[in-house]
Amino acid sequence: MAKAELKTNQKTEIENSSSLKGTLASVFLLGAFIVVTWVSVYYLFVERF
Amino acid sequence: MANSTTAKVKVDPRDAKLSMAHFFVAFSALALGGLMGLLQTLVRSGKWELPWGIDYYQILTVHGVLMGLVLTTFFIMGFQYAAVSRTTGGHSNAARRTGWIGFWIMLVGTLMAATMVLLKEASVLYTFYAPLKAHWIFYLGLTFVIVGSWIDGAAQIMTYAKWRKNNPGQPSPLLSFMAVINTVMWIIATLGVAATVLFQLLPWSLGLVDTVDVLVSRTLFWYFGHPLVYFWLLPAYMCWYAIIPKIIGGKIFSDSLARLSFILFLLFSIPVGFHHQLTEPGIDPAWKFLQVILTFMVIIPSLMTAFSLFATFERYGRSKGATGLFGWFKVLPWGDARFTVPFIGMASFIPAGAGGIINASNQMDQVVHNTIWVTGHFHLTAATSVVLTFFGISYWLVPHLTGRKLTKAMNKLGIIQAWVWFIGMAFMSGAMHFQGLLGGPRRSAFSTYGGSKQAAEWIPYQIAQAVGGTILFIGIILVIIIFINLAFFAPKGEEEFPVAVAENLEEKAPMVFENWKLWLGIAAALILFAYTIPFIDIIQNAPPGSKGFQTWSKW
Amino acid sequence: MHMHKFEKIWLTFGISALVVFLTVVGVSAFYLGNKPPSCLTTINVDKVDQTKPFDKPGLHKVEGKDWDYELVYVAAAFSYNPLKVEVPVGAKVKVIATTKDVVHGFEVAGTNINMMLEPGYVSEYTTTFDKTGEYLIVCNEYCGAGHHLMSSMIEVVK
Repeated sequence: MAKAELKTNQKTEIENSSSLKGTLASVFLLGAFIVVTWVSVYYLFVERF
Repeated sequence: MANSTTAKVKVDPRDAKLSMAHFFVAFSALALGGLMGLLQTLVRSGKWELPWGIDYYQILTVHGVLMGLVLTTFFIMGFQYAAVSRTTGGHSNAARRTGWIGFWIMLVGTLMAATMVLLKEASVLYTFYAPLKAHWIFYLGLTFVIVGSWIDGAAQIMTYAKWRKNNPGQPSPLLSFMAVINTVMWIIATLGVAATVLFQLLPWSLGLVDTVDVLVSRTLFWYFGHPLVYFWLLPAYMCWYAIIPKIIGGKIFSDSLARLSFILFLLFSIPVGFHHQLTEPGIDPAWKFLQVILTFMVIIPSLMTAFSLFATFERYGRSKGATGLFGWFKVLPWGDARFTVPFIGMASFIPAGAGGIINASNQMDQVVHNTIWVTGHFHLTAATSVVLTFFGISYWLVPHLTGRKLTKAMNKLGIIQAWVWFIGMAFMSGAMHFQGLLGGPRRSAFSTYGGSKQAAEWIPYQIAQAVGGTILFIGIILVIIIFINLAFFAPKGEEEFPVAVAENLEEKAPMVFENWKLWLGIAAALILFAYTIPFIDIIQNAPPGSKGFQTWSKW
Repeated sequence: MHMHKFEKIWLTFGISALVVFLTVVGVSAFYLGNKPPSCLTTINVDKVDQTKPFDKPGLHKVEGKDWDYELVYVAAAFSYNPLKVEVPVGAKVKVIATTKDVVHGFEVAGTNINMMLEPGYVSEYTTTFDKTGEYLIVCNEYCGAGHHLMSSMIEVVK
């Protein structure tokens, strides 16, 4: 019993610690920043003669 | 357990001496170059003038050469030499001797070039574009710096090769692998600048030939000029990938992917120089665009790096019990200068990288080319991301090499220094970016341009740059204080040289990464593909050559 | 070599964004004609003043071409010739410039006219001056002691 319990605990711990949701969110924020700045300067290019 | 034994591994004291010699030169260059930077921003604010007939473009040359070439090359060679020593078990006597020879040749070259700049014989900026003709000793000095760096780098390659021979079938230590990639990239890249200096500028400045082919010289320079900036960046990436995880108590997210990103840098950093020449008249637009595409390829390893770093931080944070989407961010060791200082550098690479993509976007370069936006851009990349990481490295590496300790007080001062730097740079680089979008040119002394309305709009930004420059100079003073303390005055003790291990130790890095014939072959093929035809075009369609000009002010 | 699923998602997004950027500038450059200035014409740098069209700097009306005017500049340390021109708003202008000595920049501040002038090469850029106002031309490539004094003015008038 005790052994089995330990095993499940360990498993959930690994799952928690291996989540990379925050990383995915962070890189997408970074990606959004790149796209916004690029589009802004592209707009300047199109708008100017 | 393996950790506690590796933690005690020390860089051989004989190797430490050579690394420290590099750092003394690097930090001297930083102090003097920083002062020049301050003076430039003050001049350009329009509120102050240089005394004693010192010329704006002379100090601009000093600033560029010291910061862009001397500080970086000496720091990087010193750091990589120590990293290879630390991870391979030390350099041989032969490698060490080679390293010292390289060091001294670089130093002599630096002093030759510096003397000519001080004598106003070489106010040509660090890009030394022909047909501005500097004194031949300036070019010879630069040749010495380059050749010296090859010899210096050869020491790292020798030790790496010896390790490989002694450990057949084993992937080399990550830091050594990365150092050697950067050194090899540097050697391939500097062939271009060496070619223009040796075969064009030196004979021309000596009067052996009358004219110079300007476009050939510029093309050779920029063949070198872009990998140059990656040569600055990769040691910072070495720290972020392979050292920072250990400092925070985490693991390298993936050893193999880290190696893969360095291979991609080796392949795609070089055949991209035309993106610095996008508005030049003599290069075919199709070949420009081809190199723009290759430039975009080199963005991919940086996208990989961003993911790996966030993942390392999140994995560590969650192992400490952090929850929620961004909970891991709070538990990072913000009180540790060895982490926080490079972290501010990493964060700065987000706007820096975004700006870089804009610069490389073919015709969009017309919006920003040679405006002060570009200066703002590389003061985020080189002068924040890279340099703050170098500062962060020196806070443990200098005491490690000198047998001292980073004290709590110095640790705190290091963190303060980084925030001072960040604030100063936000003012200076931020103002440069906005002024650049309004058209303000780079590399120019204060001018009202005959009372032009547009130029009047630029002046508030120039004042903001002077404010930023002043704050940054305080940052320079602080980092010099810390460096001197760690080199001479900090208490004796043992400071760790942190080297992280990978999360998944079973996953051995594929040996194909160490197949130099393969990677050098692909790198050469890409360079030949990107450059052969346009370069032949440039030579075949060349106009009559240019004679030399010395249009700067002399003593 | 293992790659996390999220990293694959991120790289797919990132590389797609780069491809979109490249497609946008590529189509704009090669289909819509917005290539960066790349004239590819050479000139003898010692005979600029005797070579057409640089023997007559300034604004010239032209007939039978895709553009209405040619605006010719000769740059030399540390000035541009002409120093001032007026251009009627809406005119399609081919700006043609070269240098007589070192490398100079030719940037009409606040516009996309931004090109390098290199000895031996002619630089060209064609655009429609569709907004009135004063536009400062600055040298944006270091050329010597008077670099920051090197300028000219374009007035786009009704």
